[in-house]
Formats: sequence, C-alpha cells, structure tokens
Amino acid sequence: MESLSNRKKVIEQRPMNFWERIYLPAIARGLSITIKHFFKKIPTVKYPEQIRPYSKNFRGQHSLKRDELGRERCTACGLCALSCPAEAITMTSAERKKGEEELYREEKYASVYEINMLRCIFCGLCEEACPKEAIYLDGPHVTADYLRKDFIYGKDKLVEPKFDITKLAQ
Amino acid sequence: MEVAFILEKLILVVIIFVITLVIAMYSTLAERKIAGFMQDRYGPDRAGIFGLLQPLCDGGKFFFKEEIIPAGAHKTLFVIGPVIAIITACISSAVIPWGQNLTIGDQVITLQVADVNIGVLYIFGVIALGVYGIMLGGWASNNKFSLMGAIRAASQSISYEIPMGLSLIALLMVTGNLSIGDIVANQSGFNWNIWVQPLGFLIFIVCAFAECNRVPFDLPECETELVGGYHTEYSSMKLGLYMFSEYINMFVSSALMAALYFGGYNFPFMYDLGLSENWITIIGTLVFFLKIFGFIFFFMWIRWTLPRFRYDQLMNLGWKMLIPLAIANIVLTGIITIVVDTYFK
Amino acid sequence: MSIFYFVAFLSIFFALMTIFTKNPVHSVLYLVITFFTFTVHYILLNAQFLAVVNFIVYMGAIMVLFLFVLMLLNLNKDTEPMKSTIVKIMGTVAGMCLLVTFLGAFRVIEVNNEAITPHANIGLVKNLGQVLFKDFLLPFELSSILLLTAMVGAVLLAKKDTNKA
Repeated sequence: MESLSNRKKVIEQRPMNFWERIYLPAIARGLSITIKHFFKKIPTVKYPEQIRPYSKNFRGQHSLKRDELGRERCTACGLCALSCPAEAITMTSAERKKGEEELYREEKYASVYEINMLRCIFCGLCEEACPKEAIYLDGPHVTADYLRKDFIYGKDKLVEPKFDITKLAQ
Repeated sequence: MEVAFILEKLILVVIIFVITLVIAMYSTLAERKIAGFMQDRYGPDRAGIFGLLQPLCDGGKFFFKEEIIPAGAHKTLFVIGPVIAIITACISSAVIPWGQNLTIGDQVITLQVADVNIGVLYIFGVIALGVYGIMLGGWASNNKFSLMGAIRAASQSISYEIPMGLSLIALLMVTGNLSIGDIVANQSGFNWNIWVQPLGFLIFIVCAFAECNRVPFDLPECETELVGGYHTEYSSMKLGLYMFSEYINMFVSSALMAALYFGGYNFPFMYDLGLSENWITIIGTLVFFLKIFGFIFFFMWIRWTLPRFRYDQLMNLGWKMLIPLAIANIVLTGIITIVVDTYFK
Repeated sequence: MSIFYFVAFLSIFFALMTIFTKNPVHSVLYLVITFFTFTVHYILLNAQFLAVVNFIVYMGAIMVLFLFVLMLLNLNKDTEPMKSTIVKIMGTVAGMCLLVTFLGAFRVIEVNNEAITPHANIGLVKNLGQVLFKDFLLPFELSSILLLTAMVGAVLLAKKDTNKA
C-alpha cells in the first residue's frame, strides 16, 4: 500500500555481519557514549544551598499582613474561608477592646486564624477574596512534618513579623 | 627465619591488607560517583566533602542493621559463606608484586609478600575457591532465588576458568615463567605483555569480568530475575562482607591484569631518567596503583554502559567463543614463538 | 614431622567425617577439607605444582561440580529409599572382604623407610615438565589422548540426536 504520510520507515532485518557479531565495536561505541556523559555539565541543582529562581506568581505559605502602622489587617469577615474550595481555613472573630487600637486595624479581628496546610491546595482564592488585602500566599514552601496536628498553622506562624515601614522604604 | 624478615613481611601484609580494604571501601563510593556522572548527576555528595565519608556511613549502617538468619536456613553454612568469600578475596593479593626492592640503609625490602614460583596458579586456585563462599551462602539460605544464584555462580565460574587458564597458558609460553614477580620484572620499560598477547588479554579481561560477577556477567545476583541472587536472604554485615569481597575481587583482578599484561610497576623510560633505585621503586608502585585504578574505572565504566547478558548467551560466549579463541591463541603464540626463534635470532 | 602427623590426622579425620555425615552437602564439604589437607601434604613434600593443581582441579572444579549436582538433587531422608536387610548384610560382607584384601596387600608390601628423593626440587614446575616431556613422554601423550577421547564422547552424548524425535 502506498504510504500517505511519507513518514513510514522500513526497517531492514538482515543477519548481522562479522563486526556486528563480534560485538566489540558496539561495546566501544557504547563506552564512548557513556564517557561523553561523564564529562558533561551536570544539570542538578543542589537544593538547600542552591535555589532555582521562583516564578513571580509563585504561591507558597500564607502570611497575614500588617498595615503601615504594624496593625493586623484582617477583620475576620470570613470571606477567605468561604471562598476556600478545600475548606482549609477556620477562624474565630473577636471585638477589639479599648487600648488595642495599635494591634488591630479594624474593630473586629480574628482571635484565632487557622489554615490546615494538608487541605490547602494553594489556589490563591483566599487572596482574591480578601477585601482588606490581609492575606497573601507569598511565603516559602510549606515544609514536611511528622504529625498531622503540626500542619494546622495558627496565627503564630501566619502573621508576618512586625516591621518598620521607614526602614523598609530604603 | 630471622625475626627481621618475619617482621618485614608482617608489616607488608598489614599494609597491603589495609590498602585493599580502603580501596574496596572507596570503590563503593567510586562506583556510585561514576554511575552518577555517567547519568548526568552527582552521586552521593552529602557525607563529607565530595561524599568522602559515605563509605564510613555505609559501613556503620551495615553494622547496626538487624541481623536476620532465616528460620529454614542452615545456620553454620549461612555464617561461613560470607567468611569464605571475604577470606579468599583477601588472600589472593599475597603474590602480587607491588613494586621493586626498596633499600633502606643496608636493608633490602621486597614489595611482595610471597614470591611463590607458581604465583599465577596460586591466584587461579584462590579464585576457584572463591565460588564456595557464594555457593554455600546461596544454598544455606534455603531460598529458591538464592539457590539459583548460587548455581549460576558455580557454573559461570567453572565455565570461565577454562578460557582464563588457556589465555594464561599463552602468556606463560611467552614469558616462560610462572612467578608473577619474574613476569613483571621481565616487562621492564615499555616491553609490556599486552603488545605480544592482545588477544590473550581480551580473553582474560572478559573472563575476569565473569569471575568477579560484574556486569555484564552479574547473573548470580541479577536483581531483575532473582531478587538479589545468592545474597537475597543476607542482611547487615554479612551482606556487607559479600559486597566487600566483590569489590576486593575487582581490585585484585585489576592488579592482576595490570601486573600480567600492563607491566605492573614498570613505566616507560624508567631507567633513562637518572633516578635513584628507591625513587624508581616508589614511582613504579604509584604507577602500578594508577594502572589498577584505571582498570577499576574500566570495570565501572563497563558496568554503567552494557546491559546484562542472558544466561544462554553467557554460556555460549564462554564455551563456543572464548575457549576456541583461547586455544587458537595458544597455537598462534606457539607458531610465532618458533618462527621468531628460528628465523629472527 | 609433627606438622605431618597433625595434617595426616586432620586428613583422616575429615575423610571419616565425609563417610559418616548424613547430609550429602556436609559430606562434600568435608571432602573439600580433606583435599585441602592433601594440598598441605604436597606443600610439605615441596611439590608445589602438584599442590596447586590439586587445589585448582579437585577443590576448585570437581568439588564445585559435586556440590552443584547435590544442590540440584535436593537429597534428604524422605526421598532416600529404604534399603532392605539383605542389601545391608551384603554390603557389610563386601566391605569386610575389601578390608581383608587391603590387610593382606599391606602385609605383602615391604616397609621401606628410606626417603626416595633424587633431589628436593623434583616437585617444582620446571623439573616436573622435564620429567613429563622427556622420560614419560609416551604415557603422558597417551593419557592426554584418553582424556580427549572422553571429551569427544561427552560432547557426542550431550549433543541432541537430530534424526530421532
């Protein structure tokens, strides 16, 4: 039958000739291939010491942001938990007391804010849902651990450390 | 026998023993490193700089692993197996000349443990004995895969001893001597035996691969068919001993090939450089080790290049190719020797 | 001399062990040790070549094949057929006859304590080769022809008969 695509390759099967049968030239060819690889540049990235540059929109561990005065931005509206397709976020809200104005930006804040990192799929929908720009997935990888309970990250791990805005601007 | 002589030999034995073990240890690392580089990766490099402490870690791991002796196993033979394997591997280095004489003061030290006048045959016998370790271990495990591995090892080693011996006979016809010390001494400078026995060397190296159970002839332990072959049931340091004996065998056969065919401690222009005796000896020993490392590298290079033979291919190669080839080599060597002796002298 | 007696004791001991052990694999292993003691005997006699050849051929090849076959056979007590009493009695009688013959033969042989050693290095390769290829050339060649015939016969037996089947 006529081949339409012209890509058909006819493989010729003939008895091996003398050089093919003594196998030594084939061995030499194989050895030359492996020795070529021996001197090749190795593409391995030695991970903990050497880190490959991340993409700009890489989504890692969540962080709860503070505003320019160092107050927590989250107002515990629950939109992130609602938008979360994996049901990874829970929170308990509380009312801001007198004298806590430098701690929390809004009158309502999250007294408990937990993300189950085993459930989280790092989709970034919480980031999009947040009206207060309080949560971003801008952290590093979430590392492995031994116990399931250690994957439920509370505010101690999520809230970003306090910083000085004037120094940061420099 | 005087005390000094015994002491000298004893020190030499200890040194060679330590060197053998260290080289066997670092062969494991070298194997993994070379495998890594040939597959475009680094190999172990976390334990120490370049992974140099990796063999120590592996050894430590072997010692602390749980030792399991299967319930149906023959306990005594199960323990004796690896012991025989490692002992036969270690004692074969006794007749290899590591260098020329070293003169310290008025004391002349020969860098060879025992210059037996049948050194070649001695090594041959010890190699033949080495298969007992594998056979006993494999049989005593009371496991089908182990038994298959043991039987493969036995038939393979017997089959390849014949062409190996025949290729050695051709070499002996050229050298006219059975002592390895004299064979090496006769190859001074660049008169290496490889130039007169290229075919013999080819046969010898193929047989050496088979006797060491190395790829492409590692059928006694081929993991795709026999789980782990003869050491399927072995764990902890007993497995370690088997592994070790394999690497020691590789080292010794590399040394043997370097000594018999590649001039041992001889290097080109060794007497023309105007060096003193002792310096020639030291450089010669270093050159010898360089050749050995070259052969060890070649063993590993082959391992990471060639696929494993099928068992019938192995037997066909041994009986139908190598033995006739070795006999032809003997006849050819005899004819050439006679022709050269009658017409060119 | 004391080394000789020690090694001789060992060889007889292991030879007896070869006979008396029930397990065939143990039996072969004791036989291997017996051959090893023979090798030591040869070395004591300064017959290095014989020693090594004994080592390579008997310990390294033939015994490995014995072991090989025994491992494949998987002999044990269950598969061993029971021998009838008559066979046992006949065996005992035959053994005794052999013993008596040996005793008679040993009584006839004169005990010769003189050490027959023309020169001490007779066992070395060079001298052995000279003797074999000069004084005993004909028997040597004859025995090699015998071995060759055996080999050809073995090949013939192993070869499949293409006419049949």
